[in-house]
Amino acid sequence: MRRDLMLLGFVSSVTIVLLSIFPENRGDVITSSWEFFVEMMLILPAVMVLMGLFTVFVPKDLVVKHLGRESGLRGVFIAIVMGTLPTGPLYIAFPIASALLKKGARVSNIVVFLSAWSCIKLPQELVELEFLGVRFMLARLALTVVFAILMGLAIEQILSRWERYECCEG
Amino acid sequence: MNSAFVFINLFAFFCLIFAIIKDRAKAKRALVIALNSFFRILPMVIATVILIGLILGFVPKDQISKIVGEQAGFKGILVVAVLGAVLHIPSIISFPLAASLLKSGASITAVAVFITTLTMIGVVTLPVEIREMGKKMTILRNGLSFFIAIIIGLVMGWIL
Repeated sequence: MRRDLMLLGFVSSVTIVLLSIFPENRGDVITSSWEFFVEMMLILPAVMVLMGLFTVFVPKDLVVKHLGRESGLRGVFIAIVMGTLPTGPLYIAFPIASALLKKGARVSNIVVFLSAWSCIKLPQELVELEFLGVRFMLARLALTVVFAILMGLAIEQILSRWERYECCEG
Repeated sequence: MNSAFVFINLFAFFCLIFAIIKDRAKAKRALVIALNSFFRILPMVIATVILIGLILGFVPKDQISKIVGEQAGFKGILVVAVLGAVLHIPSIISFPLAASLLKSGASITAVAVFITTLTMIGVVTLPVEIREMGKKMTILRNGLSFFIAIIIGLVMGWIL
């Protein structure tokens, strides 16, 4: 928080200096900033309310309970859904993921889960929808899901091969 | 400005009503969390908005498109991918930033790559990831994410 305020102070002072040296750019800078600020304020409260609701109503152990057991397509689907629930930043997901791995969840599902968690959080998608449009958002969403699944399968293969190799060497 | 904000606000509104009907105390707790996170992210939002103003007001369009636009080619995409991987910006803020870059001449590919590496790869969170997931898994996940981010961006530039 303090770092953010310092950053804000730094950006503001740089801007004030720049705008006093180049007064002819003042109009453009202020109009653009103001437009984006208004757009942000139109959606930010709603996004925050959604995040708050999810934090309170979706308990973390729900994720652990459902992701550990399921395998196959159902497992992949659950991994994606669980990942998109906005329950916190990525570093919160790592301990959950490692606990699930120890419990015997598939590596591919865990990778999909982490990708979904980082990339396609529900409230974030709404911000993307507002600023980049429905086509951009849907295309990125679909591509991310497809490639996250492929990456999950690839990592699972590579890891199991490495393990086999290591066990035969040592 | 597009009208997605109407949908977003209606969606949040109905979720909130539903939550209040279901459990009043919990809904209240959610609102407190929402209020706190709103004010926590506000300085970053204002800083970003000012930065966007500076980009749009000072950097000429052809300059941006030379670095991250259609003419920039693969080198531009790589630069953006690395930037996204190293920077630690909340994704909520990355979208308006991306929109402003798009507006000032960046390519769809560059913007999609930036958002994807930004969210998927965290250089800052690497130590936590290594501790929890192990070195092999971390290297594989971040390395492959870097590549698929570029592929996702290229496909998006191609279809949109």
